[in-house]
Amino acid sequence: MQTPAAARDLAALETIDLRKTYSNGVQALKGVSLRVMPGDFFALLGPNGAGKSTLIGILSSLVNPTAGDARVFGISIHDDRGGVMRQIGLVPQEINFNQFETPFEVCVNVAGFYGIPRGIAKQRAEKYLNELRIWDKAHQATRMMSGGMTRRLMIARAMMNEPRLLILDEPTAGVDIEIRRSMWHFITGINRAGTTVILTTHYLEEAEQLCRNIAIIDHGTIVENTSMRTLLGKLDVETFVLDIHGDCETLPDVPGVKLTCVDGHTLEAEMSKKQDLNSLFAVLSAHGITVTSMRNKTNRLEELFVRLVEGNSNKAAA
Amino acid sequence: MNDMRTDAAINAGAREFSLAHANAVALYTITRREVRRMLRIWTQTLIPPAITMTLYFVIFGTLIGRRIGSMHGFTYMQYIVPGLVMMSIINNCYSNITSSFFGSKFGRYVEELLASPMPSWVVLTGYVAGAVLRGLLVGAIVLGIALLFTSLKLEHPLVAVTTVLLGATIFSLAGFINAMFAKKFDDIAIVPTFVLTPLTYLGGVFYSVNMLGEPWHAISLVNPILYMVNAFRFGVLGVGDVPIWIAYLVMCAFVAVLGGIALTLLHKGVGLRS
Repeated sequence: MQTPAAARDLAALETIDLRKTYSNGVQALKGVSLRVMPGDFFALLGPNGAGKSTLIGILSSLVNPTAGDARVFGISIHDDRGGVMRQIGLVPQEINFNQFETPFEVCVNVAGFYGIPRGIAKQRAEKYLNELRIWDKAHQATRMMSGGMTRRLMIARAMMNEPRLLILDEPTAGVDIEIRRSMWHFITGINRAGTTVILTTHYLEEAEQLCRNIAIIDHGTIVENTSMRTLLGKLDVETFVLDIHGDCETLPDVPGVKLTCVDGHTLEAEMSKKQDLNSLFAVLSAHGITVTSMRNKTNRLEELFVRLVEGNSNKAAA
Repeated sequence: MNDMRTDAAINAGAREFSLAHANAVALYTITRREVRRMLRIWTQTLIPPAITMTLYFVIFGTLIGRRIGSMHGFTYMQYIVPGLVMMSIINNCYSNITSSFFGSKFGRYVEELLASPMPSWVVLTGYVAGAVLRGLLVGAIVLGIALLFTSLKLEHPLVAVTTVLLGATIFSLAGFINAMFAKKFDDIAIVPTFVLTPLTYLGGVFYSVNMLGEPWHAISLVNPILYMVNAFRFGVLGVGDVPIWIAYLVMCAFVAVLGGIALTLLHKGVGLRS
């Protein structure tokens, strides 16, 4: 019997030195060790080909690991594959449902694969298709659905077994902002209700906004694994885009600020986070340049992500 | 509040079933999906064998059969009916499972099965059950058409039923293995064209192998379809070219070997998992 303390320490997901080498010799994972605690909203980020999909493939039983272990709520994928699968809901990157079935059939059938009786499966299908606002398409062929609808159907399908761990592999790829926001709203609600969520995405503002903890994977290794707050705290430089009136062909020297004239009306200023903006505005004003508006060039996480991945690539090259 | 009560009731209900019940539900779901697929595309699955077999009965049974005379005391038409029924069952079981399982690989929705907690044997049994049901339905249609042309009396019903089930299972398992290895649609057409059809035609559907001289008689005995056709003919007409116990032995051995191979391949994820 588990003690309350042991239950508390039980990770929703724990990977231990997980390795995968494909038959063509490509080492997709080179010893990935991760811990995601229950209730977390966890971002798994990395450039294309970093190993994210391989890691998710192993967790969802679509890829066989070469070495190491993965445990979901303490259950090892080697000891009890079925037990692990019962804990997980997966929203894959690629569309993988039978396009001759209706959304309702897709959801009810998948629930059946989990052993959920048909009566309960029908109730759940109606509930989640409604919550994701595609119930009106429930009995139409899925091949007639738009990209945004198919993405939402894949989320509804992943919820059919009401998983304790929901893995979302780029769920909002190619989806318009309105639908993306409604999906965020749904997923945030699921997380608040207690489901652990692991999200991979290329929209870094999405990860920054939603996730509490983060791991960055590159070339099959984890290059960063910390809380979102700690990671963002490491960013010491920011770049601002300034819309200006005046001539920026010849720019003044501002100590600690790198100024670049993008075009006749736009200026970029890269500066330390510790440096105040007043001195910059004062120098620009004295130089006859008026700042009419300003914004961040990239979001903070994107800046960090690029630096970490570039740093890792340089290390690998060296 | 009402929503919360509904959710709680749904969750409580979901927890109250055992693993065995979960597997039974999963098995029913796959089989149901397979049967619905077969019925949805009935113009491809049920009509073609009915037309083909009607032509066989008209040409071989009625037109040519009259000139052949009797075989083992039966009209030629009566003699070939069991073989033609078995042939249509074998072909339809095989093509059902290859096209369905390869289709799920091609469309990637096989991942729904792989990422579920279902054990491999449930997946295999579900697909085989779907294919066997199509075979039985087509077999019943062909038998119904045959009865428009001739009359038959079932001599050994139990033998006929068990032979049909064993034969259908063997070719469903063989088709499943074919679909697992298949990488393109051509790969699921090669075996029926170059292996299944010749074996069926040379398996005693249209003639008694006792009519063949050596070495063709001995070579024919290596053909597994011969045992299925003759066992079924024994069940329907009470005559056959091979002892019935040998036919059962061969069929049971094939089920065991092919079942073992299919299950091992599925468990390892050959052609499915990276």
